[in-house]
Amino acid sequence: MADATAQTAPTTPARPGRFKEFWRYFRENKGAVVGLYIFAAFLLLALFAGLIAPHDPLVQYRSATLVPPAWQEGGTWSYILGTDPLGRDMLSRLLYGARYSFVVGVVVVILASTGGILLGLISGFAPKWLDTFIMRLMDIILSFPALLLALVLVAILGPSLVNAMIAIAIAYQPHYVRLTRAAVIAERSKDYVISAKVAGARLPRLMFITVLPNCLAPIIVQAALSFSNAILDVAALGFLGMGAQPPTPEWGTMLAEAREFILRAWWVVTFPGLAILITVIAINLMGDGLRDALDPKLKRS
Amino acid sequence: MPLLQIRNLTVEFATASGPFRAVDRVDVTVDEGDVLAIVGESGSGKSVAMLAAMGLLPWTAAITADEMSFDGRDIRSLTPRDRRTVIGKDMAMIFQEPMSSLNPCFTVGFQIKEALKKHLGLSRRERHERAVELLDLVGIPDPATRLSAFPHQLSGGMSQRVMIAMALSCNPRLLIADEPTTALDVTIQAQILDLLARLQQETGMALILITHDMGVVAETAQRVQVQYAGQKVEEQPVRPLFDAPHHPYTAALLAALPERATERRLPTIPGVVPGQYDRPAGCLFSPRCAFADDLCRSTEPPVQDAGLGLARCHYPIPSPAKEAV
Amino acid sequence: MLRYLLSKLLTFVPTFLGVTLVSFAFIRVLPGDPIIVMAGERGLTEERYAELQAQFGFDRPLYVQFWDYLTGVLQGDLGESFVTKKPVWDEFFSLFPATLELSIVAIILATALGIPAGVIAAMYRGKFFDRALMSSALVGYSMPIFWWALLLIIVFSGNLGWTPVSGRIDLLYFFPDVTGFMLIDSLLSGQKGAFASAVSHLVLPSIVLATIPLAVIARQTRSAMLEVLSEDYIRTARAKGLAPVRVNGLHALRNAMIPVVTVIGLSVGMLLAGAILTETIFSWPGIGKWMLDSIFRRDYPVVQGGLLLVAGFVMVVNLIVDLLYGLINPKIRKR
Repeated sequence: MADATAQTAPTTPARPGRFKEFWRYFRENKGAVVGLYIFAAFLLLALFAGLIAPHDPLVQYRSATLVPPAWQEGGTWSYILGTDPLGRDMLSRLLYGARYSFVVGVVVVILASTGGILLGLISGFAPKWLDTFIMRLMDIILSFPALLLALVLVAILGPSLVNAMIAIAIAYQPHYVRLTRAAVIAERSKDYVISAKVAGARLPRLMFITVLPNCLAPIIVQAALSFSNAILDVAALGFLGMGAQPPTPEWGTMLAEAREFILRAWWVVTFPGLAILITVIAINLMGDGLRDALDPKLKRS
Repeated sequence: MPLLQIRNLTVEFATASGPFRAVDRVDVTVDEGDVLAIVGESGSGKSVAMLAAMGLLPWTAAITADEMSFDGRDIRSLTPRDRRTVIGKDMAMIFQEPMSSLNPCFTVGFQIKEALKKHLGLSRRERHERAVELLDLVGIPDPATRLSAFPHQLSGGMSQRVMIAMALSCNPRLLIADEPTTALDVTIQAQILDLLARLQQETGMALILITHDMGVVAETAQRVQVQYAGQKVEEQPVRPLFDAPHHPYTAALLAALPERATERRLPTIPGVVPGQYDRPAGCLFSPRCAFADDLCRSTEPPVQDAGLGLARCHYPIPSPAKEAV
Repeated sequence: MLRYLLSKLLTFVPTFLGVTLVSFAFIRVLPGDPIIVMAGERGLTEERYAELQAQFGFDRPLYVQFWDYLTGVLQGDLGESFVTKKPVWDEFFSLFPATLELSIVAIILATALGIPAGVIAAMYRGKFFDRALMSSALVGYSMPIFWWALLLIIVFSGNLGWTPVSGRIDLLYFFPDVTGFMLIDSLLSGQKGAFASAVSHLVLPSIVLATIPLAVIARQTRSAMLEVLSEDYIRTARAKGLAPVRVNGLHALRNAMIPVVTVIGLSVGMLLAGAILTETIFSWPGIGKWMLDSIFRRDYPVVQGGLLLVAGFVMVVNLIVDLLYGLINPKIRKR
């Protein structure tokens, strides 16, 4: 092996493609791969909830309220994870709930990152007064605890899943602005940017085509982080009655409805929370792997 | 009895792609008051051998040796606790990057006094006096106020002086200087070398000077040991080494000195030190050696006798006197 | 240091003005008329509506209203609650100690456990302890804490009966507020069992609130330590013959603390967000529960004032953290 490389040394092997290289680093982190598999499974379940779910998540079987899970005494295999106080099938509700969590994560990340990246780019390229103005604005938003800000916004706009997502995206936006701006400022003075400028690239091209692709690594890592945080916060809003409204089978809302039964029926409380926890863990594991693979500064040898 | 005796030292690092041998069967012997220079390019395992003697290598390093003794005591058999009574007291070391070798969170004084407290058990006042004396000794102006300075307030040369003061604080019998001037400006380099040479003569301690700069060697050392790719390839006193190098690598290093250049272009040694994946089968220097033949490329060279500078070579360059034959 | 301090203070002022503007704008600019909401189902006559508008000053131009609000804020006047008719300022500060007590206990818990855990994990990197600890930390910061609270209640209050489910202290005990901190007041009252009762009420909420900060601090400490341990000055410290306890616990930790302090500061915001959930679940009479109740009751002056005071508190804490950061980082202190 050593000899072979020595002999072929003059012809340098082609640099592996960007994705291949990324995958090589990502794969080194076992936890990240496990996280990816769990996340993929969660995605599939959400997509095919309609096919897999044994029952309609909204139908109330009045004769079968608070049926325990199948393996427990009194349980039945037609309601594998039991039923809730209104006689709805837990498993079906959890499966449909996965859809909401996934949508929430995607929408919040898209909203927060698009706005944040735009503002960050502008801030990084703008004259000092505009930069200062944008950054102060972000400081102001960051002074409010994200959940509190979201709560108040939702209270004013009216409680619904859509408003909850918008509110949380606004609360997350400053992180993207700060990250993008810091990356832009670090990149802006590098030679390749200057040479593009000398070559006559105009500002929009400079911003989006020259600089932005080189700033993406920390932003992608942040995206994974806010994906999981969004799921947690929207569930929290749902739990407080300010997110998705009943009878939507959103996991946080399910927990809120189940609260008064916690000492009587453990399954109505345990399963939705477990679903949130596992999903969030999977995404955070992936996020750690992404960081190791994408961010060379944080790369551990 | 030599002060530091290392025989047949091998250090291997466990890496993701198998073991990497950084030091390969190296001997080092230093007597009291001796000044030994260890010379070689980066990656030749000079520092690693000395870090092994100090016990500063990470746990990924596997160290084997026939003998490793300091002042007649076997270093390897010491408990970590006993070893720490030797390290920093009788055996001290300074490093390549003075700026990053001082802890940014503590004052210079704190970092010097710390060793005094640990090894000599001096009182608070005695520690302070000794620290002032040490800074004065290494030529730092206004030592009493400098004690409360933080490292980021010092220049590179000043930092290295502080490092030297710290190393000397407990009157070591052996000082290992690992490329002490590499990171410094050229003008400062000479000052620091003069300082080290002066301190060595005043205190009579032994000094091991690790360097890649043959010019530094000529000025300071008594004996020279040349290392290449983790192996010792030659050892001689300074004068004879410069007059009659026996290993082709030594000869090439000397030829690369600007002072010795005979042509308009400075000769260089083509290629680089072999790394983990491209170690040649025979002599490690053979891919870059002007004299190498098939024997060199296939068979590991023997170590020649002392008359030929213990050169690890099939075809050592004979001394000029013999050349006439 | 002085310049550093001054520059920090200078950004404080515009940010505070902005925060005031935002909390003002939330109620006045966004859709939804507070007076209609206040009137609720019964509705209002035209005259009564105009009267109320004049009473709250809603009929005047927005900038005048904002100016009034701002000058009021600076004098400690945040208006009165629609529901209780008490000044928002007074309500806030009568409830604030409860939240502060909970948060302080939680942050002490998180710091006291998180930093040593991170240090030990870094020292034994890759070993069993490190893996176990980092896995728990991952679970910790992925935790939906409202669910975690419910689980703890099921186990410790329901199954084991060890801890009470809600409140700050048993109704048996009654004593005057001195500091507002139940732990201290119960001791001062001298009533037998009062302190134990206060502690048992505090245990579960503070564990719940500390969970995420604990995990974050442990992770940050570990990674900061790993970075610092590979620095040259650590090798220098070891070359001096110092014991590992001193090398890791003093030389390395002191440097690793610089990023950790920032994270601890950031977790104050997380604590206040967490307090909303924790206080609601444990019926803890603090700011979080008060804010949530007011949001549900559409008690706009309270929402507005509470939002402003909470943000102001976060900003003050951030300022303190910045100063602390300057103090432990000599590169800033000595410039």
